[in-house]
Amino acid sequence: MTWRVRVRILPRTGLLDPEGQAVEQALAALRFTGASNVHVGKAIALDVAAPNADEARAKARAMCEQLLANPVTEDFDIDVEPAGSA
Amino acid sequence: MRVAVIRFPGSNCEPESKRAVERAGGEAYFVWHRDTSLGGADAVILPGGFSYGDYLRSGAIARFSPIMEAIRRLAADGGPVLGLCNGFQILCEAGLLPGALRRNAGLKYVSRPVDLRVERTDTPFTNAYAMGEVFRVPVGHGDGRYAAPDAVLDELDANRQVVLRYSGPAAPDAPANPNGSVRDIAAVCNREGNIVGMMPHPERLADAALGSDAGHRVFESLVRYSLLATR
Repeated sequence: MTWRVRVRILPRTGLLDPEGQAVEQALAALRFTGASNVHVGKAIALDVAAPNADEARAKARAMCEQLLANPVTEDFDIDVEPAGSA
Repeated sequence: MRVAVIRFPGSNCEPESKRAVERAGGEAYFVWHRDTSLGGADAVILPGGFSYGDYLRSGAIARFSPIMEAIRRLAADGGPVLGLCNGFQILCEAGLLPGALRRNAGLKYVSRPVDLRVERTDTPFTNAYAMGEVFRVPVGHGDGRYAAPDAVLDELDANRQVVLRYSGPAAPDAPANPNGSVRDIAAVCNREGNIVGMMPHPERLADAALGSDAGHRVFESLVRYSLLATR
């Protein structure tokens, strides 16, 4: 079965995130008040073949740990849903 | 001293690195990243540039290049390995050096001289400098902010793994630290001291014809190290 996997990668909490800070300041410049704790990361989407969702998630986790995210400076989370749905 | 200078798609300043080694009295040659042999090299230089377009993260894809396995073996045997700029990023991504290089704190590409304080002189790449000496060479990078968890940073300090720190006003009206690197770190080494990564470009200022050869001694150090090692 094929699963649609979406990985969200963000700078690790507590590490300096100048990009997030710059976006936060830009939002304030547009007078969006109350927007805080802004962080900029990346999203990666891929199809993964696996017998069930748990195994697809485990595969994606291993991919994140070895390549997609930098374990020193980034955190990630993973969404899994059947490919082709919505 | 035979030095392999690795070429990735998107490398830059590799001729400068080769010439800097030659000027210091060593032999240097290029090795393509798809090769699997270093051709009998005693040491390796990973040059600067933008290997694989910096896709995903700087250095993240280059670490899978076939030549990296030979570099790992040479490094494990104690062979000197130097990563300059993108080469530093590759060594971090490959897990050969601790930490990571993130987007500059100012979010802009920075190209200017920096002053570097020598924190360690017993590496193959800094033994021709004096402890505490400050020298000036250029940086040119967008992802040069050294980052690591506090525990790793404390370990680096305890083991004297910080080789160079940004220090002093190389450019007027600009901060000494060009990219927001934590603890002003410009260069680190592994625990054994034979692998060194630095964001600055000593190879770009290694010829007196350019007005300064402040970076020359990085390469002189390497040649000197090999003479000391074989004596």
